[in-house]
Amino acid sequence: MAAITALTGEPEPTAGVAGPRGMQAGRRRRLNVFRYVVFTLFGLFFLLPLLAMARFSLQGVKLGTWSLTAWRQIGSYPGLLSAVELTLELAIITCVVVLVLLVPTMIWIKLRVQWISRAFEFLCLLPLTIPAIVLVVGLAPVYNRIRHYNLSALMLFWAYVILALPYAYRALSAGLNAIDVKTMSEAARSLGASWFTVMFRVVAPNMRQAILNALLLSSALVLGEFTIASLLLYVNMQVALYNISRATPNAGVLFSTSTAALLFAFVLLLILSYVGGRRRRRI
Amino acid sequence: MAVTATTETGARPARAGRRPSGPAWVGTVPFLGYVGVFLLFPTGIVLFNAFRNPAGGFELSSLSTLGNSAVRGFFVGSIELAAVSSVAGAVLGAILAYAIVAGNPDGVVRRVYLAGSGVLAQFGGVTLAFAFLAAVGPTSGFLIHAGWFYDFPQGISLIYVYFQIPLMVLVFLPAVDGLKVQWREASENLGASAWQYWRHVGGPLLAPAFTGATLLLFANALSAYATIQAWENQIAYTVPQQISTAINSEVGLSNINEADVLALGMVIMVVIIMTGYALLQRRAAQWLR
Repeated sequence: MAAITALTGEPEPTAGVAGPRGMQAGRRRRLNVFRYVVFTLFGLFFLLPLLAMARFSLQGVKLGTWSLTAWRQIGSYPGLLSAVELTLELAIITCVVVLVLLVPTMIWIKLRVQWISRAFEFLCLLPLTIPAIVLVVGLAPVYNRIRHYNLSALMLFWAYVILALPYAYRALSAGLNAIDVKTMSEAARSLGASWFTVMFRVVAPNMRQAILNALLLSSALVLGEFTIASLLLYVNMQVALYNISRATPNAGVLFSTSTAALLFAFVLLLILSYVGGRRRRRI
Repeated sequence: MAVTATTETGARPARAGRRPSGPAWVGTVPFLGYVGVFLLFPTGIVLFNAFRNPAGGFELSSLSTLGNSAVRGFFVGSIELAAVSSVAGAVLGAILAYAIVAGNPDGVVRRVYLAGSGVLAQFGGVTLAFAFLAAVGPTSGFLIHAGWFYDFPQGISLIYVYFQIPLMVLVFLPAVDGLKVQWREASENLGASAWQYWRHVGGPLLAPAFTGATLLLFANALSAYATIQAWENQIAYTVPQQISTAINSEVGLSNINEADVLALGMVIMVVIIMTGYALLQRRAAQWLR
């Protein structure tokens, strides 16, 4: 089989790229028809609810008319803007703490304490198996204590870091495994670099893409978080939206804020993938 | 707090300028401390409280709440919803994953769908329920006025499938990617039809990965709370909703630790499912790398 591949001059397929390559023309045509039908149907399923929400946010007073009223309300609806602001601040704090907690620890483990890496991975992925709703039951006493010192809703970041751990860990470990940390650090160390330099000036810059991914996943998670905030009685963006929906179902501002939040998340994704893509090309 | 601690430990050996004398694992202490306080301790509290009776003593009888018929109803509801949405999501997601893999690996379609899946798999929550309310809500839907929108489990399953499919794509795509083109060529050279290829080669190879991914989707649906709460907040159908009710109702408690016992029940279910998932993943990794 390897010989056949070598004869045709094609590189060894790394990722099952070549599904259709080994097929006869007729089958390939049928496969392409199948693919485009699938893409269209799934595309519609994913897009229509979002478009419906966007359309609803532009609904005028009378059905079928267009108006920007709901979008203007975002700024003036009581409590909404402060909740949005809180969520954005939480996203930033969570991202910073996740990185500060994970990046040095992961590099350090990779270089010096390999034996702990399995246990470390287990701990990082553990939040995936503990539903947020369970975590919040146990977090209630911890937060009672935190509220003794600080009433700010920003304190939610302590819990959000835990929620973001598995996603950030996966993104970072993919980046860390893709580079030869050992050689890099040995080279740097033999040139007289301190461990601090090794981590922050040698290894970390080489996993920029992974760090960006971790940032994206963590902030997306915080932007959409509802369970913990709601049950610990903090009002973040999602809780504020939920409260609006309970007070006035079908209020336009509900849909305009939701749409805005989504657009924001997509823009975030685009920026990060653009920055990451440019970086890849340069290498 | 954690911030400064990490940096210090990271930098400490540097000052020494030689092989650090302290054990190297000290560098992981900030992380372990954080996880201990905000993950292990809360989980421990739940398990600890689940075994306590209202008087403060320990007894297993608290667990008998789990056998109570009303409580059993929430577990049945949770399992029903998780089963419907995970099987539907897994089948549809597998079809989509195959369609993606069969195309150009550097193509726009693949990139768009993968990036989109990454976003949409996370896009549960309140917003998603609103999007469906706008699209197919019983009185306000733009597409159809679905009378069954508030029926359990059809209505909420439709919403769950929206984030289950992308999750399936993310989890299952590497397995489909791992099917080597040589296997297909070999079976075609031996005269196998497409059906025979999938029946005897592709299918069995993907089966462990598919089952494992379905289990992951099941656990995902089981622990979801925000979406179903935004969809219907008057009636509790699932365990997470009932946990929230138990936490919030401060008055007239017949059973102080109901939330803890329900949470314990969820942890047990999720642990069983995730163990199955891990075993199947290992099985799948034998062939697909």
